[in-house]
Amino acid sequence: MRRSGQGYARNGLKNEILRDVERVVLSLNVNGETRQLLVPVHKTLLEVLREDMQLTGTKHGCELGECGTCTVLVDGKPHLSCLVLPIQIDGRAITTVEGMASPSELHPLQTAFAELGAAQCGYCTPGILLSARSLLEENPRPSRDEIKEALAGNLCRCTGYTKILEAVELAAERMG
Amino acid sequence: MSETRVVGKPLPKVDAATKVTGRAVYADDMLPARTLHCKILRSPHPHARIVSIDTSTARRIPGVLAVITGADLPVKFGILPVTQDERALEHEKARYVGDPIVAIAATEEEIAAAACDAVEVEYDVLEPVMSIDAALERPKGERIQEYGGPNNIHKLVALEFGDVDGGFARADHVREDVFFYQGNTHLPMEQHSAIATYIDGRVTLWSSTQVVHYVHRALSKVLELPMHRIRVIGAAHGGGFGGKTDPFAHEIIVAKLAMLTGRPVKCTLTREEVFYAHRGRHPVLMWVRTGVTRDGRITAMHFRSALDGGAYGSYGVASTFYTGALQTVTYDIPAYRFEGCRVFTNKPPCGPKRGHGTPQPRFALELHLEKLARDLDIDPVEMKRRNFVKPNTWTVNWLRVTSCGLEECTEKVMGASRFRERKRTPGHGMGFAISSYLSGAGTAIYWNDMPHSEVQIKVDRGGVTAYCGAMDIGQGSDSVLATIVAEELGLQPADVRLVTADTDTTPIDLGSYSSRVTFMAGNAALEAARKMRALLVEAVEAAGKRYEDVSFEEASVLGEARFGTLTTAGSYTPPKIAGPYKGSGVGPSPAYSYSACVVDIDADARTGLVKVNKVWIAHDVGRAINPLLVEGQVEGSVYMGLGEALMEEQVFRKGLHKWPSMLEYKSPTFLDMPEVETFIVETNDPEGPYGAKEAGQGPLLPVPPAVCAAVHDALGVWIDEIPVTPEKVIEALRRKEKGEPARYGPPRFPSIPYPETIKVDGPVGHQEGTY
Repeated sequence: MRRSGQGYARNGLKNEILRDVERVVLSLNVNGETRQLLVPVHKTLLEVLREDMQLTGTKHGCELGECGTCTVLVDGKPHLSCLVLPIQIDGRAITTVEGMASPSELHPLQTAFAELGAAQCGYCTPGILLSARSLLEENPRPSRDEIKEALAGNLCRCTGYTKILEAVELAAERMG
Repeated sequence: MSETRVVGKPLPKVDAATKVTGRAVYADDMLPARTLHCKILRSPHPHARIVSIDTSTARRIPGVLAVITGADLPVKFGILPVTQDERALEHEKARYVGDPIVAIAATEEEIAAAACDAVEVEYDVLEPVMSIDAALERPKGERIQEYGGPNNIHKLVALEFGDVDGGFARADHVREDVFFYQGNTHLPMEQHSAIATYIDGRVTLWSSTQVVHYVHRALSKVLELPMHRIRVIGAAHGGGFGGKTDPFAHEIIVAKLAMLTGRPVKCTLTREEVFYAHRGRHPVLMWVRTGVTRDGRITAMHFRSALDGGAYGSYGVASTFYTGALQTVTYDIPAYRFEGCRVFTNKPPCGPKRGHGTPQPRFALELHLEKLARDLDIDPVEMKRRNFVKPNTWTVNWLRVTSCGLEECTEKVMGASRFRERKRTPGHGMGFAISSYLSGAGTAIYWNDMPHSEVQIKVDRGGVTAYCGAMDIGQGSDSVLATIVAEELGLQPADVRLVTADTDTTPIDLGSYSSRVTFMAGNAALEAARKMRALLVEAVEAAGKRYEDVSFEEASVLGEARFGTLTTAGSYTPPKIAGPYKGSGVGPSPAYSYSACVVDIDADARTGLVKVNKVWIAHDVGRAINPLLVEGQVEGSVYMGLGEALMEEQVFRKGLHKWPSMLEYKSPTFLDMPEVETFIVETNDPEGPYGAKEAGQGPLLPVPPAVCAAVHDALGVWIDEIPVTPEKVIEALRRKEKGEPARYGPPRFPSIPYPETIKVDGPVGHQEGTY
């Protein structure tokens, strides 16, 4: 909760607002495309993806690293984009949900999620798809417990998780 | 059951590809050129008079384009006509930590936030009222709201149906119990978000809402603009569960700021703010007294509830009635008295969450009957069965039951779980419970004679488009509409273009709440589609062909050639079946769904931890328009019920929300979720579209009581209060060991000044048990 009457005016508010924001030139490799951006150094990867690159498929649920909704892959490994500063990962390969499907066909995980009703409101879906993709790349035939373990950091309020587990298993089977 | 081609098939949702590719556009994904960002300064005090608000410093900050306070938006609003008690921004009094006070639009979100910090608000802090007991006492200072009953009471209800005293006199055994259901919140993954533009004197608002129509009405009232100058569009929806059914302050604020600045203005709540927006499950204290015959037949029931409503009315009057409405829809209760009370407290307002006002009494009722059965030495499942309502009957409180699959649901879960053959080992338990829910509220939020849902269909250029105000919140309402239209016209759901939840382009639908969409929008779609099919058949036959033999494109061309533009419309108005008494608008529904559930748990007497091994659930959905989506709704309901039963709770400390974050507000993860075996029971409701009822809410209801029944089965202690935390289990076991009642729960029900009971005769024939 933001407290009122903090007396910013007394404490040099003008400087606070008009301070020079340090900006950095970043070379971000997202979904195989490299783009150069000039962004404030404190902006999170989540904000840069959504606001500066218009990759709004990456969602946010808490912006505190609690819900897994903003998961993206960095060099194939799941990262919470709300806790990552782009400057930390300059030059590394970032994958968002927009990078999962080829122009002509969906990733087998996406197909399985669609077929089995694993996405209801769909808001947590991009993050879960990416966590699952990372899992299957490391462990192509995971047990149900291994899937649960790998996805435990991603919350979903709609599905009760059951159809997501079934979809990951179906995708693993098809990819195998 | 007639043969269908797409109805009843487990097809993917029509928007599945959009959802799995991240292409669905949620409100916060929109960023039109020149968008301003809005931040809201909220009260840090649970209860305080606002003495002054100084925004002068904030206004001088470069990048700040508009600063508004309650003086700019003085008109009050609220979802129910009887409780218009909210302001978009409060300038007189703050009633909970998080009450919106000042809103600022700036070029950057950070500037708006810093400008909020620069606002000076002087408060005169008042004594907060933080519990039901405190709200029932004489206020130490001023009361929270100026209206309602005595002290901080908001609403009092007292109704009696049939001869309750006679029923108790006739009973061989009478029992009383007290229960408490803790409040919890929806926790949608998507934070509330809204974005507004003001162009050519018209406001357009995109919002994450469940009901565009109610937002439309509230905007019109507070902005003092006619409805035709406001357009509300439902953006892709990231989860509601009832939490986005009220019109919200931020929706009105961004519209006002867009009007003042002429630029798009967006406001997305932080996760912390979502906890303050709330409108979640009411904490409810309950007392229930029931008389039974020796063989376990109910002779009379008296049910009392006390709801902790939070600071504003919201849906609270309806919630209060709902805590007393549906007890009679599962069990044949020949005489019934209900006394309800809602109080105001200095907390975020409570409202509707999945099951709206009925999971709490369901929890109490199911456990109360478990205990009654043990008093009589009758098997609890058997005793419940003896009292099940029958199809095509009226309840004593004037609710009409049509299709009812209680027996079949019970058989399914009892059989599959091998409940009766379970191993009786300490620490392992199984519990059973049933429930019922509405397929849409039979009356609208505000009195009007309009249909509750309307669908238009247009056929041209070989394609079909369906228009409906219904809002898909992830449950699949778009898929239901497309499936019904496709079924009637001989198409696939994916062939049907949909335009939904847009107050400019779609006819009215009252939105996604009370499990109403499949039944109501479904019936409207069915009528519109059948009319369209008749037009197309006539045109095709006039050309000397049969509809089944031509392509849809050809039928479309023939139809347009014969009739010009092809449009049809269908609408649905629920039957007027409300009983002859004040308050009878809450409870009636064109059809009730039924569920039965068995939960299998291990409970550790040393740690108090409860681990759910498996849940069997059978749900009478009437008819599954899409069994895949029905399963998804059932599984999601079980999940949410388990969360409420075991961990989720919205609690406060010294006026502050104890844990307004997703890390500390515990909800089940992948690792907490047990296997769920779902049985879809189809009873083919006579008035539902293709026989369909509802699936989105009902299956949550039996889960919490089944968990508590299983805990008793495992450890021999009653946990009469959810969530069932390890501390409560350990405390109950300690009491058992000391020879005290083996129970954890509220010790008493407070004294409440209920008004004189309104006595209502039940429907004719009810007392005789012949309907």
